Amino acid sequence: MEKTLRKDPAKKIGSAIAVCLIAALYIFLFLLDNVLPANSFTLMLIPVLKKGAIYSLICVSMNLLNGFTGLFSLGQAGFMLLGAYAYAVFAIPAEQHPAVYQYFDGGAIGFSIPEALGKLLGENAGAFVGSILCIIIAGIVAAAFAALIGIPVLRLKSDYLAIATLGFAEIIRAVFQWNSLGPVTNGSNMLRKYTSFSAIKIGSVKLATVFPFLIAMICIGIIVLLINSSYGRAFKAVRDDEVAAEAMGISLFKHKMLSFVISSFFAGVGGALLAMYQTTIQASAFKSAMTYEILLIVVIGGIGSISGSCIASFLYIACNEWWLRFLDSGSFFGISVPFFRDGFRKVVFSVIIMVIVLFFSRGIMGDKELSFAGLVRKFQKKSAAGTAKGGAQK
Amino acid sequence: MKKVFALMLAVVMVMALAVPAFADDTITIGVFEPLTGDNGPGGKQETLGMQYANQETPTVEIDGTTYNVELKVADNESSTDKAVSAATELVASGASIVLGSYGSSVAIAGSDTFGEAGIPVIGVTCTNPQVTVGNDHYFRICFTDPGQGAIHAQFAKNTLGASKVYCLGELGNDYDQGLLNYFQETADELGLEVQKEDFPNGTSDFTAYLTNAKNFGAEVIFAPCSIPYGQLIIQQASSQGLDVVITGPDTWDSNMIMDSVVATGMDVYCTTFYGEGGAPEFEEGFKAWLNSDDTALANNGGNDMIAAVSVMGYDAYYTALEAIKAAGSADPADILAALPGVTYTGATGSIAFGENGDAVRSTAFIKHANAETGEWEAELTELG
Amino acid sequence: MAAFFQANLPYLLSGISVGGQYALIAIGYTMVYGILRLINFAHGDVFMVAGLVMVYASASMPIYLSIPLVIVVTVALGFLIERVAYKPLRTAPRMSVMISAIGVSYLLQNCALYFTGGLPQMYPAIPWFSNSVTIGSATTKIVTLVTPVLVLALIVILELFIQKTKIGMAMRAVSRDFETSQLMGIKINSVISMTFVIGCFLAAIGSLLYFTNYPSVVPTSGAMPGLKAFVAAVFGGIGSIPGAVIGAFIIGICENIIKGLGSNWTVFSDAFTFVLLIVILLVKPTGIFGEKATDKV
Repeated sequence: MEKTLRKDPAKKIGSAIAVCLIAALYIFLFLLDNVLPANSFTLMLIPVLKKGAIYSLICVSMNLLNGFTGLFSLGQAGFMLLGAYAYAVFAIPAEQHPAVYQYFDGGAIGFSIPEALGKLLGENAGAFVGSILCIIIAGIVAAAFAALIGIPVLRLKSDYLAIATLGFAEIIRAVFQWNSLGPVTNGSNMLRKYTSFSAIKIGSVKLATVFPFLIAMICIGIIVLLINSSYGRAFKAVRDDEVAAEAMGISLFKHKMLSFVISSFFAGVGGALLAMYQTTIQASAFKSAMTYEILLIVVIGGIGSISGSCIASFLYIACNEWWLRFLDSGSFFGISVPFFRDGFRKVVFSVIIMVIVLFFSRGIMGDKELSFAGLVRKFQKKSAAGTAKGGAQK
Repeated sequence: MKKVFALMLAVVMVMALAVPAFADDTITIGVFEPLTGDNGPGGKQETLGMQYANQETPTVEIDGTTYNVELKVADNESSTDKAVSAATELVASGASIVLGSYGSSVAIAGSDTFGEAGIPVIGVTCTNPQVTVGNDHYFRICFTDPGQGAIHAQFAKNTLGASKVYCLGELGNDYDQGLLNYFQETADELGLEVQKEDFPNGTSDFTAYLTNAKNFGAEVIFAPCSIPYGQLIIQQASSQGLDVVITGPDTWDSNMIMDSVVATGMDVYCTTFYGEGGAPEFEEGFKAWLNSDDTALANNGGNDMIAAVSVMGYDAYYTALEAIKAAGSADPADILAALPGVTYTGATGSIAFGENGDAVRSTAFIKHANAETGEWEAELTELG
Repeated sequence: MAAFFQANLPYLLSGISVGGQYALIAIGYTMVYGILRLINFAHGDVFMVAGLVMVYASASMPIYLSIPLVIVVTVALGFLIERVAYKPLRTAPRMSVMISAIGVSYLLQNCALYFTGGLPQMYPAIPWFSNSVTIGSATTKIVTLVTPVLVLALIVILELFIQKTKIGMAMRAVSRDFETSQLMGIKINSVISMTFVIGCFLAAIGSLLYFTNYPSVVPTSGAMPGLKAFVAAVFGGIGSIPGAVIGAFIIGICENIIKGLGSNWTVFSDAFTFVLLIVILLVKPTGIFGEKATDKV
């Protein structure tokens, strides 16, 4: 302990700050769910935070594939769809089946995992454990499918891989809308009434906003650990130079497959969380436009930067669904502006995106990570007016 | 650069905070409608009816105090994944009651958000039964799909004398698929022969489907889909020289469909909520208002033909006012409690809420698009 | 046999016509990819904008004036997009350029949404072109018959242009080796601009044919034809013009046959396109006419 402290005090201070900030974040979220009064600010903040957290996970999972392994895949929406459906199908309470599967005689699946566990553990604990179980199932379904299509598809290179995965996402969407599978997928109709965030609570303490943050953070944490492990280094080697990596004894196919399956697992988890957030899901929403949107966020955040993806997700969601809404309302601070009408928000938003893409093409973070240790060092450097240690810190 | 960025964000956030600042003597009615996306045209027309009603009667009196009524419109982009934040925006703006949405999918997707906030919603033209079932806060002033599907099947069999009907709906759209399902149920009872097919989202080439209809020997094509697809189906049926009657759902009651009919001379019918000439006073006022406001006219598709959804929006606004009066307060909870007992007689007939909060309605209209005059001719039908 | 033909002629006709329209868009994709190695996602939206310009132009001027205007505006738009959105990123990683293309696609769609208010716009009927004609069992618009002929004529001209002219030679050189041709004194920027001009010119023609057949323009009108044309380009071997054309016709025809197979299959008419694509890619990873990828070590 003593040694590391002497070696790099900035690191210790940095991690202390990070821990404090995370703790503060969770306390804030907890207060937001339970104590803080519902005014126009907190009401809008909650969905933005939830969706931001979910998108962070999805974007990080895409970044793992595109940014860290250099596999250009556009199948994210398809894997999210698989996850969302796997979650919803197993989480609709049995008594709701006749209403949800109204055109398919109550559907083929007559049980729900949260409900079954609810009978064993009590309602709240059942919903909590059951939804986590369903989320894991969602991830596994997406990962299993990825493993299946990975065998042929991962032989393709760059743009061909992109278009093949995009194609698979479209095929999945068509299959899920197929009426012959209706008893499970409900065909073209939406799935609803499954366990959503508002059912997650301990006693009377609500965890609706804490829960998505918790799951997303655990998943992102696992991805970060993976990236920093020997596997992660192998992924980066594959990205930087396939031939050299292979010459160094890295099995290309094995590592590509691993990255693809893991990324899809977390995309599936993200899809399940998205389903919980939306309270209803429909296959038609998971179009290729959704994949483009995610890719856009990854690039805005910086390809190859986990923290960049997270920051960009929150900013993107907040701008798109909250801050820029006033542009549609026809007035600005009470002054009526004639060109502020429906759709103007989207024009402004796409112009902002273009500006970022053209002038900050490396994104918010480039391929660097937000590190508190780095900030502390910067601060120390400034205050110590550049003492000798400068060189060792890069 | 980061500093500039942070500053920009701070400014934007402050603006976001500053926008929803209302005076105490204002009651906000939320309008939850798609203004963009596939259902944008219909959502706009529905909103127009509310806006007209709002400028006609911009105040409501509760216990001797006059309150201003303000409409707060949130665009749900016809998309279920944007519905939650659009609904939250209305909740955050302090809406006492919400009207909408055009398109049942988004209505269902936004429903839970309103439910958790305890805000009552009056569905204007969302016809899917699932909108109100199990949702105590959701009411509706229109007929529902089981009735509508049955009407179409009966109309095809009894009025048009058809024996073979070709059904075409959008894949992945539960409005289309629901109606097709109810149509099929009644068609089976009536002994109609039905062939059903789906087209994927974004289709513009319907020639193959229409050839299928032709090879099937269909006398009637029932296509419960949104307006843009409806236009394409009518135009392509005409250019392929198909000799069929095309029937559409309530969404088709629009001048944009009429334009296609006039251009092609096809024989087109659709169900609707409102028969032309049912409320002359409203029609006159509404047309005058449309013609005096360029934006409104553009939102109505460029001419002053009245869409049934506009009339429904108009009635929904007055029903909401009745509810506020009956509750005697602007508190959502009071309005919710008062709503089941609210009755109102508007341009589309009398409105009362029955089981599940659905409107008690015994009649629907079937309209025929007259290709020569460019006018709708309405015909009253009993709901089956 | 005759009866079979009688019943299926309409599918074949519309398949060929759709294929021709995809081909005109696909050439734009494939040429840009051949030179810049960029999937130009905005191309489908340029196609949509061409449709909208026609709607607005024909409202204020006769058809014979609005058609050239549409072509000029579309070409100018393509040129502008390349200069503003792609040229500054020439040295940036490929992913950034592609994101820029997605951004442009968003921008065009959202602008179209803003100006049209999301209302479907009726495409004007072009005299003679829009008239109906009956061949055997099929009734269709004249444009359906004109499309394949026009497409083939345009492609012959394009091939001649690329094989015989100096700038065509420069294009071939650039697509073979970007850096070397630059060193050889080829003006890269004008070659690239020329590629976009040709691509957009064909997209404008394509939009005239397409929207005369399906006369309703919405902001997302370009998305599906764009994606299909792109698939066609990959299918035929991206970078190869004959490949793109053959791919487009195959996809157009297959899609219509699938739709004709009956109710359980129509669901998969879009998905089938992708199944076909994936199968081809697995058998021949660079498409039917694609050059073999060479890995530089």
